[in-house]
Amino acid sequence: MTAFAPLAQHPAAVPVSVDPDKCIAHKGCTVCVDVCPLDVLAIDLVKGSAYMKYDECWYCMPCEKDCPTGAVHVDIPYLLR
Amino acid sequence: METIEHEVDVLVIGGGTAGPMAAVKARQANPALRVLLLEKANVKRSGAISMGMDGLNNAVVPGFATPEQYVREITAANDGIVNQKTLMAYARGSFDMIEELDRWGVKFEKDETGDYAMKKVHHMGTYVLPMPEGHDIKKVLYRQLKRARVEITNRLVATRLLTDVDGRVAGAMAFDCRTADFHVIRAKSVVLSTGAAGRLGLPASGYLFGTYENPTNCGDGYSMAYHAGAELSGIECFQINPLIKDYNGPACAYVTGPFGGYTTNARGERFIECDYWSGQMMWEFQRELQGGNGPVFLKLDHLAEETISQIETILHTNERPSRGRFHAGRGTDYRQRMVEMHISEIGLCSGHSASGVWVDEHARTTVPGLHAAGDLACVPHNYMLGAFVYGRLAGESSAAFCAQHDFAPVDAGQVERERARVWAPLQRERGLPANQVEFKLRRMVNDYLQPPKVTRKMEIGLERFTAIQDDLGQLLARDPHELMRALEVHAIRDCAEMAARASLFRTESRWGLYHARVDFPERNDADWFCHAQIRKGADGAMTSFKRAIEPYIVPMAEDERASYQRLRVPAAAEAAAVRSESFPEFQQ
Repeated sequence: MTAFAPLAQHPAAVPVSVDPDKCIAHKGCTVCVDVCPLDVLAIDLVKGSAYMKYDECWYCMPCEKDCPTGAVHVDIPYLLR
Repeated sequence: METIEHEVDVLVIGGGTAGPMAAVKARQANPALRVLLLEKANVKRSGAISMGMDGLNNAVVPGFATPEQYVREITAANDGIVNQKTLMAYARGSFDMIEELDRWGVKFEKDETGDYAMKKVHHMGTYVLPMPEGHDIKKVLYRQLKRARVEITNRLVATRLLTDVDGRVAGAMAFDCRTADFHVIRAKSVVLSTGAAGRLGLPASGYLFGTYENPTNCGDGYSMAYHAGAELSGIECFQINPLIKDYNGPACAYVTGPFGGYTTNARGERFIECDYWSGQMMWEFQRELQGGNGPVFLKLDHLAEETISQIETILHTNERPSRGRFHAGRGTDYRQRMVEMHISEIGLCSGHSASGVWVDEHARTTVPGLHAAGDLACVPHNYMLGAFVYGRLAGESSAAFCAQHDFAPVDAGQVERERARVWAPLQRERGLPANQVEFKLRRMVNDYLQPPKVTRKMEIGLERFTAIQDDLGQLLARDPHELMRALEVHAIRDCAEMAARASLFRTESRWGLYHARVDFPERNDADWFCHAQIRKGADGAMTSFKRAIEPYIVPMAEDERASYQRLRVPAAAEAAAVRSESFPEFQQ
């Protein structure tokens, strides 16, 4: 039955990038994660910086505008560019 | 995964625009009430105005318009299908709300004497008030929530309302999209303010989240109201917008219009007299595309440098500020090139058209104790200021309801069934991922429901949406975030079915492109000068029925009624008439 088919791993170029040198997630900052309407950002606990986990972006920019260190950059998703 | 129970007096679901206002006003009406604002994202940056707004497009300001004029304008813009009492309740509350927002710190444009700098964009009256510094509006609302001591929960996704045996609202159920904990919130009264159904059609880009509306607004409130037994209205009056192609944000001709910008065809000629969004305007837009004169553009390249700089500042810092990046990537400089536009995919949104949950002039739905405000509440062309005014009405009505009613009993069976439905995708080891089911569902919404509407296509669409109901039982979620997407697909499917059934029910054409039926091309006032409603029937099936239009409280002259049917610029109208003889299928 097709509904029980296994899942593929799809690559996707994501529109939100985070500069790990500027990101202060390792100091406890979660501003970008908190303000994202779609909840697509997360903190990489090993690297101590934020990243885009789910390719579900409205390119709305609270993450970039509210970041206290200017570490976040929002591009237009490739499919729309 | 735990089950957590709450008890509050007023529960407000949705913390975007109308919701925070409702919560604040309920507390102001009675400071003893426990008011909980439940938000799927984060109240600080949620909803349609997460990055602010660049203007009011329906401000009723003394000296520029009267409430009666506004009611006439929107009655005409919505082809007569309105409950004028609801429009009047908005119009009468409009100016007080502007002044209150002004006192709270929202910045509106004023002239050198301190008066509001009103602009004319609509066909008949003057209702546009620019907000060139409107980017802070969510911060202003947040301060008021704190001041009024409204309790806030973020990242809780409401999925169903609780009702008692008499059909009265008893609260709501939700889950946490970070932990998947299940929440049962008991409340005396509830306000639904969850925004539009903006993830219904699939954008031409194919990107599921490249929508006009904030994609969090996926129609969950429409679905919740429906399953609670509420009446919905005008669902067939789709939201279809003229947008920047691919970017899918508003071109904002209404912002640029007062500066001299306008919508043109490929030859740079005006073809519509008025850039205010209406179904009739979208019909002319569609005719221009199909008649070979497309694409349609926003023209600014004739304006002076300082004017263009000012437009850039407004449009690239408010509402959709990534717009500047999109234009830069395409090499579109307003000084040299016109902005390519297209017709959006469909959605449901009373803020822009008329599709929503039926409410009276006190924001009450047909379910006792349940109120609705904002884009999902059926008050045609209500926009942001309407969301605030109806948020106020919903908050005050909720407080009044609490004064007269105790808690309704919670049905343990409802809770058990809903918890099982919500958690099911997490408990499957294999199944269908939500993104694939959503893609297919929304692609079929485009295939079968995008106007011009064809009866046979919509019937096939309905069959497909029914088949996808079975697929929902196979949805798989590997974490609480994917669970949110899976439950959203349930709501989107409900909206798709409502959109198909409501469109099939109204066997005439009305509202220009919004409900253009190829098999019934004429407007038929004899049979269809009425509201078309949808409700869950006693047998659990989706039921359509007519609701009579209340006698108008503001009389309409015959030429006023038809004013929105004359939007085409006369010279272009003649040319289009010649072309449509060659393409009769596009003639209404």
